[in-house]
Formats: sequence, C-alpha cells, structure tokens
Amino acid sequence: MLLIRCPYCEEERPELEFRNAGEAHIARPTNIAAESDDDFEKFFFIRANPKGVIYERWRHIHGCARFFNAVRDTVTDKFVMTYKAGEPKPAKLPGASK
Amino acid sequence: MTALFRISGAGRLSQAKTASFRFDGKSYAGIEGDTLASALLANGVHLVGRSFKYHRPRGVLSAGAEEPNALVQIVRDDARKTPNVRATVQELYDGLTAHSQNRWPSLAFDVGAVNDVASPLFSAGFYYKTFMWPKWAWKDLYEPNIRAAAGLGVSPEKPDPDHYAARYAHCEVLVLGGGAAGIAAALAAAETGVRVILADEQAEFGGSLRFESGARIDGQDGYAWAQGAIAKLKAMDNVRVLSRTTAFGYYAQNFVGLVERVSDHLKSPGRELARERLWQVRAGRVVIATGAIERHMVFANNDRPGVMLASAARTYLNHYGVAVGRNVGVYTANDSAYAAAIDLKKAGVNIAAIVDLRDNPTCPVIDEARALGIEINFGRAVVSAGGKLRVSSMTVQPKNGGGERTIPVDAILMSAGWTPSVHLFSQSRGKVAFNDETKRFVPGTYAQDCVSVGASNGTDGLDATVDEAYAAGAKAAKDAGGKAGKGAKPKVDAGESWSRGMLGAAPGAGPGTTVKAFVDFQNDVTAKDIRQAVHEGMHSIEHVKRFTTNGMATDQGKTSNMHGLAIAAEELGKPIPQVGLTTFRAPYTPVTFGSIVGHARGALFDPTRRTATHGWAASQGAVFEDVGHWKRAWYFPKAGEDMHAAVNRECVTVRKVGGLFDASTLGKIEVVGPDAAKFMELLYTNPWEKLETGRCRYGIMLREDGFIYDDGVVGRLAPDRFHVTTTTGGAPRVMNHMEDYLQTEFPHLNVWLTSITEQWAVIAVQGPKSRDIIAPLVEGIDMSDEAMPHMSVREGKICGVPTRLFRMSFTGERGFEVNVPADYGEAVWEALWAEGQKHGATAYGTETMHVLRAEKGYIIVGQDTDGTVTPNDAGLDWAVGKKKTDFVGIRGLTRSDLVAKGRKQLVGLKTKDPKVVLEEGAQIVADPKQPIPMKMIGHVTSSYWSENCGRSIALALVAGGRDRMGQTLYVPMPNGTIEVEVTGMVFVDEKGERLNG
Ligand SMILES: [Zn+2]
Repeated sequence: MLLIRCPYCEEERPELEFRNAGEAHIARPTNIAAESDDDFEKFFFIRANPKGVIYERWRHIHGCARFFNAVRDTVTDKFVMTYKAGEPKPAKLPGASK
Repeated sequence: MTALFRISGAGRLSQAKTASFRFDGKSYAGIEGDTLASALLANGVHLVGRSFKYHRPRGVLSAGAEEPNALVQIVRDDARKTPNVRATVQELYDGLTAHSQNRWPSLAFDVGAVNDVASPLFSAGFYYKTFMWPKWAWKDLYEPNIRAAAGLGVSPEKPDPDHYAARYAHCEVLVLGGGAAGIAAALAAAETGVRVILADEQAEFGGSLRFESGARIDGQDGYAWAQGAIAKLKAMDNVRVLSRTTAFGYYAQNFVGLVERVSDHLKSPGRELARERLWQVRAGRVVIATGAIERHMVFANNDRPGVMLASAARTYLNHYGVAVGRNVGVYTANDSAYAAAIDLKKAGVNIAAIVDLRDNPTCPVIDEARALGIEINFGRAVVSAGGKLRVSSMTVQPKNGGGERTIPVDAILMSAGWTPSVHLFSQSRGKVAFNDETKRFVPGTYAQDCVSVGASNGTDGLDATVDEAYAAGAKAAKDAGGKAGKGAKPKVDAGESWSRGMLGAAPGAGPGTTVKAFVDFQNDVTAKDIRQAVHEGMHSIEHVKRFTTNGMATDQGKTSNMHGLAIAAEELGKPIPQVGLTTFRAPYTPVTFGSIVGHARGALFDPTRRTATHGWAASQGAVFEDVGHWKRAWYFPKAGEDMHAAVNRECVTVRKVGGLFDASTLGKIEVVGPDAAKFMELLYTNPWEKLETGRCRYGIMLREDGFIYDDGVVGRLAPDRFHVTTTTGGAPRVMNHMEDYLQTEFPHLNVWLTSITEQWAVIAVQGPKSRDIIAPLVEGIDMSDEAMPHMSVREGKICGVPTRLFRMSFTGERGFEVNVPADYGEAVWEALWAEGQKHGATAYGTETMHVLRAEKGYIIVGQDTDGTVTPNDAGLDWAVGKKKTDFVGIRGLTRSDLVAKGRKQLVGLKTKDPKVVLEEGAQIVADPKQPIPMKMIGHVTSSYWSENCGRSIALALVAGGRDRMGQTLYVPMPNGTIEVEVTGMVFVDEKGERLNG
C-alpha cells in the first residue's frame, strides 16, 4: 500500500484514504461549446499513458476530501511529489533521475 | 514407547512430553515440539504422499517451508480440513489427524501411478498438446478426468468456523528472519531504542543454528545463544518478537505483510484465539535476513522416499533427535553435506558412503569425515536411486562414465549447494545480480529502504554473517533516528562456512537420457522436460517455466528454480544471467484466504445501511431487497399473498387511495452559497437562475461526453440554497462529481456542498388522498393547490418536528415527499401511517414504486439508461436549457454520433398478448425470420405486469424508436418469439391530470 502525502493535510496517509482521479493539468475549455471536434477529442478522450513520470489528480476522499495533483513514476509507483489543485505543473522535479 | 528412529541423547525435545497422532488412520507416538514430518520420520515413515502428475511415491525432502513433497491434509473436524499443509511446518499436537493426498485407494497402492508408466504422454507441455482434439472432448472427457486424477487434497464441507485477526504495526526497523543474522541485526537495532519487529516463520528462533552443531557464539552453543538473545529482545519494550510468522509479501514503501500462525499448533485452540493474524507492517527500514535454501542433486529417481536434503537430515537429528535412516548414503557437490554425515555418524548411524561429484575438494569437514572412517568417493556420481516406496540403494559411477557399483542404503542425503533466499528482496523490486564465481543470484540494486544480510545476501560463514548483520541493524536504526547503541556485537567463536556446489543436472541425468531426474518435485518436472521445452522453442526462462510448470507449484520453485534455469542455460548454450531469473511474487509461502479476509466476512463483509423505518417495515412483514448497501422494503405481503398479489394490491391502492413509501435512500446534497444557482447551471442541463424559491425542478446531470449521469428533483429553498436529490446508487459519485468540478474547474464559485442523505428521512405519500393524509399533521404550511402547486417545496413542521415538504410525484398521482430529520423518521412515519389507515392507504415497497413510475414512463437512471443514453434518446430534450451557453456535457451533446440518425431511443412496448411479461434485458429484432445471428435493434429496459392497466407494460431502447410508433417488433426468446408493438412511454393518465387529482 502506497503512502501519499496530502498537500492540504500536510502529511503522508495510506493509499486507502485516496482515490485516483485521472490525468492532471487538463483544463476544461472556458468556451467549451465552441470547441472543434479535434480539440474536444484532445480534451476529453486523449490521455497520456507514459512509462515514467505521470502528472495525475488524486482526491483525499476519506480525509479532507480535497482534490490535488501528484507526480508519480509509473515504473516504480513512487510519488515524486504532490501539490495543491490549481498550482502549475512543477518546472523541476525533486530527485528526478530521467 | 520411544519411536524406532528417535536417538536418545540427541535433539532438543523432551522425551517425556509425548503426543500421539494419526496418519492415514494409523496411530503413532510423537513428542511435543515435533513437526508432523519429524514425528513421522521418528516412526520410520518416509512415504507421505503421491506426486501431482505421475503419482510417484514421495517422502520428506526438507525440514522447512521449502518442502515440495510432504503435503498432507490436516483434519480437525468437518469444517477444519486443511489441504496441502507442509508436514515439515505443521507442529505436532496431541491428537493431530493427518491424511496423505493424491492417492487412491491407498498411499502404498495408487491406481493413478499408471501415469508414471504412461509418462511419455505427460511430458512437458502435455496439456497443450494431448488434449487438443477433438474439441468437444476437453469439456466432457479430458478436463473432468484430469481434475479427478490430479488435484491435491480436498476442501472442507462447511464454512470456516475460525476467526482471523488483523493488525497494523509501525516500526523503525523490521527484521525478517530470526536466524543468527536476523537476531544480530535485531539486537543492534534494539539497543538504539527504536521500535523493532523481528519475525521468523519457525516456532523457535535460530534458523540454521538449529542444525549447525559446530556453531558457538559468545561462549555458548549457537542455538542456546539464539534463545538467550531472543529472551533479551522479548524483554525490551521497544521490540516485538513474532515467531511462527512468515513475511509473505513485500510491497511499496516498506509495507510488509506477515502472517502469524496463532493456533494451528495447539490441541484445542479455543474460540478466543484467532487461527491466524495478519500483520501489515510499515517499516522505516527493513533488514532481510531470510537465509538460504539447500538444493537437491538432480539424478535419476532422486524423488524416492528417503532421499532428502542433507541439512534436513541434520535438522531432524540435531533438533528433533531423529535419525532419517540406519544406513545412509550421501551425494553432494558441496562441503556442507559432510557435516551432516559427521553428525549422523557420531549419533551411531552408519554412513554407507559419501559420493562427491567434485574431483579433489579440500575442507576441514572432509578430513573430519575421513578421520571418522567414512568412505569418501570423489569425482563420482549417484546415477540412480533404487527402491520404490523407500529408497533401497544408490548406484554410483565415475562421473565421466565407467563401472557402476550399487550400494544398499535406506536414505540418501543430497546437497548441490545453497540458494540465497532473495524472494522478499525481489518482491521489493530490487534487482538481483548473478555472481559468476559462486554461481548464485544475490541482491544487486535496491529499490526500497532495505538491506539484505547473511546467507540471503550471499555472505558465507557465521562470523561474517553476524558482523554484517549487526552492522546493518545498527545502521538501519541510526538512519531511522536511533541513538548510538551501547551493546556489544555477538562474538562468533566457531561457525561453519560453505559455498559453491553445482547447478543443473548431474551426470546420469545428462542430455539424451530419458530417466526421471526431478528438478521440481511438486509439479513433477524433470531435467528432460526442461530440455524438451528448449528444443520446442522456449528460449526465455519465463516461457520454459510456463511450458514445463517448473517452479509454478505452491512451493514456487524454492528448490527447483536455479536447477531449471541452469539446465535451460546449458541447453541454450548461454550463460545463466542471459537466460534470466523468473520474478518472485508474493506470497512467499501459501497464505490462507482467511488471513487476508480477516474479520471482513458475514455481516462485517460490507456495511449494511438501514433507513429509519426499517424496524417498522420488518414488523409489518416487509420483504427487503438490497440496493447498494441499503436494505429497502421491496413489498409488504399480507397473509396469503405472494409477491405478485402484494404488488398488484399496492399498485391499485396507491392510485385509488394512497400509499406510503420510504424514499430515504435517495441521495440528497445541499448546494449552498452566493453562487449556488450558477453552480447548478453548470452541473445540470436545466436552467436554474430563474427557478423561484419554493419551487422544484426535475434536473438532469450529464458527463462531459453528453450522456446522462444522474437525475433527480431539486428544490430551491432560498436564493442561495438548493436541496438536490440524486438516485439511490448515484449519491456518492454525484457528490464526487460535483466536488471535482467545484474544486478544480469552477473554484471561483462561492459554493459549499454537503451530503445530507442520512440527515433526512423521506416519506413519500402518494395518491389522491395524499394531502388528506398529511394535512392534519402539518403546521405552518398551506397545502392548497393554489398555495402549494405540483413541484413546490415548503418548510414548516409536521408532528411538531421540522420538515421540508416537497410536493412532487414519482407515481403520476398527487404526491408529497415528507423530509424530516432522520431521528424522527420512524415516529413521523407511524403518525402518517395512522392517518393513512383512516383512508385505506397502503405501505408500498420498491417493486410497486418501479411499476407505478413505469406506468408513467418515468425513467430510472441506470436501468433505462446505461451510460450511452442522451437526454434526447430518453425523450427528455425538454429538460435541456436551449439558451444555455455552458453546462457539463454541452459540447458532448453535439458530437456527431450523438446527433446521428438511428440512435437508440426510449419507447414503450406492448406485447400483442397482454398477459405476456417481457424479460428485462431481452433483445429486440425487426424481422424474426432473418438468419442467426440476427441484427438486434434494441433491448427491453423495464418490464412489469401492470394491474392498473390490466396488461403487461415495458420500456425499451430501440434504434430509431420514436419513428417506429405502432410498428410490430419481435423479441426472440428460447420458448418462442414474442410480438410487441412500439408505443409511447406513458401507459396511465397520458395528460397528467392525476397530479392534481
Ligand atoms: Zn487531505
């Protein structure tokens, strides 16, 4: 079972308290009704499935109930870092190997 | 009476503490502290089972968890029949009853042994080849017969009556394995004051010190030192010592699963003791001190009972006081077998000969053996073992060929060397590295905060092991924040050391031979099978493994993996590391489902949610149905009524008079804040800004793809307060969906969301008399049609308690939903029930609710929709705000597929024969005469007998359904095709006049 640091509770809690919520940093277009088919496809259907670092959303559903962002390595399952929803994609990752 | 093979003066058990047991119906005497294996061997019983595939007689190979052969069924009673218990692990208790497995009619005469003679049929990959043809025969002939002939053990006939405990634990240092290395590491860590857990799978700590007669530490015999050290550790507050506890799984971030066998070794465990306890440990640092496992020699008939690992024979002698034979042969490629021969010789057992495959090895133990007068043969091989139910001889030949000589023996001790137990290290995702010099895989690259020490790290020698382990324990503790320890490192005065040995098949099992030289005993895999797999094109060890099943039995190849790998590598002409090692997976040894399930079974398996009126409904004889976690009253049968009669009566009574229904399980969410209406506009298709306070609206929620996600009636209690209802099953995910958008996409909105599902009990009162039933109990609310029209909500009091009173209808009748704080739910229900009785109203359950709403064509999300249905498909286009510029799903709705012609649309169906009720889920076709497979154009989503209509009614999703009004379609069923007519969805009161009736 993974330990995940909730950036709102500011502590590591067991995975059981959390739920994954899909890829992060996919903003809903402000004028979504006007999106082209291609753009809507990119927004709604297309997701990265990287081997390595992934940016994803988690929810501390059985804790503070907040959604937040996490950087995880899909090879090792290790969480590189977590940060609050709305914060930008980190430019530099701590201890990034590749 | 002392058993025949118990040596007086040998071993550590007290002869006075006897325990009798039964094996295959026969009584034997054992001693407390025995394992079942040691007790059987003490009685001269070597034949304990039949092998999986060939039904060959098998004996005890090992003295530990790696045992592949000695699997037995332990029977306590009808409910406690545990199959595949390793006799080498099962501790003896007085009265223990065990049976051998996989034999019929008896262990000594097994009909299935014909497989051994017919073995060319069963060679590697035989499942894939032999039973391919004809196709029908697999299911009807081959599989049932294979299952009858194979299969190990039988399952109990009753549910498991035992209970299984579970605990979480945290520590700075977790030490896995309680041999010399583990104990040394635990001592070093414990002295720093950090929390330490030390676990070992055996009943007694000591590991190989149980058999290493020459070991001396701190001036004591090694085993005695271990017991003293354990006593010291147990006395420390910061240390938890767990025996009979196997670390079976090493998961992410030093999360380690341990199973403690709490009471399997007790005669009468008693109800208060758990059978097993699952420990889920989160450790700062893990020290892996899991030792090494001896390998057998791969030669012809190396599976005969009496042929066993040298260290096992030594354990049986030095710990249990049991001689495994009277005239013992030794076959080795390694020094450590000599120590076994020496110990047995000193105990009075004749050593017929030591056969050493090596040419001219030198080691002090060899000199010692020679000095004891033991015959030693270098450069020779045992090419075959004689005997059937028990080994009777060994045939010896120079390893490069030459004259054979047959030596009578009653046991053969083997040692091909030692394999470091890297299982847990590998599970931690560490990468093993092959040491070419010592021919073994040892921990290479670490993935987690752990360290391997001692034999599991490929460290040879007791002295070096204790040094390394003590240092590692101290460092782990220091890294985890421990203070400097003040203890002294244990001093090794004497110890044994061995390494090397051989991998793969020995001479006599070489290329070209067809003899049965077993690599994997449990799955009956021979050296020839591995070679055959390579010849048939399996070039990766993962393929060889699956094709031959080598290492895939319950022992997971603890003794066989390295031999199998070496034979494959030799056959491929590649070095071992290039062929690769298969990945080790949890569990290290088999784990019971009971220990994983723990207390989560029966009533504790899953929560049960009951509404406030549950007790009342039960007292009225309600039948309940499970809806998610909820228990909901399904129908209320009166004396003599079946479900059909009860539902018919309830349905008619509601439309004629009225009925009470518990709707408390519907999800309820309060949306509050200055931007509440804006939020509602974005989350639902409908317009909300203009909804007046005190009015309600039926809302539809979509996902971004445009498909219906949920629905429900929403009441506006104040400009900034909405009372939202959701489907029963949808409540949690709708809340999650709303929170997701509020927190991440629309965080600028000033809104709070609160789940209030359990705060309010909801009593639906429906029917022409509904107002008459409620009104006498209500204060402060004008319930006239003018003051409180259909789809409105008022706050006031009922029976003196606060209520949110909705006028709404899921039946098509005049109706109300009375929300009261849940604690008052039962009292208000009873008051309403008393009023209802005066008018002849009924209580009704979910079945009647379903029928009544279907009569009106009201959909149930999740039943009439399936995640691919748009509002338009469901005939709900009116609920989508046409002037809105944004809501979740607005863009999805304009996707080409969603506006295409011919989509499945929700319609009504009437069977031509009104008495026929369609099956929900039944497929619909346009032409029943078309060839199979027919083109299916839709399916039935809801179908009921409607007593109010005097006929069956149904809803269905049908391609282009609304253009097919009046058409005849067909529902092909096993008993014939049913003709149906496509109709509108409303079967009762099409004009909706009854809402005010
Ligand atoms: Zn949190």
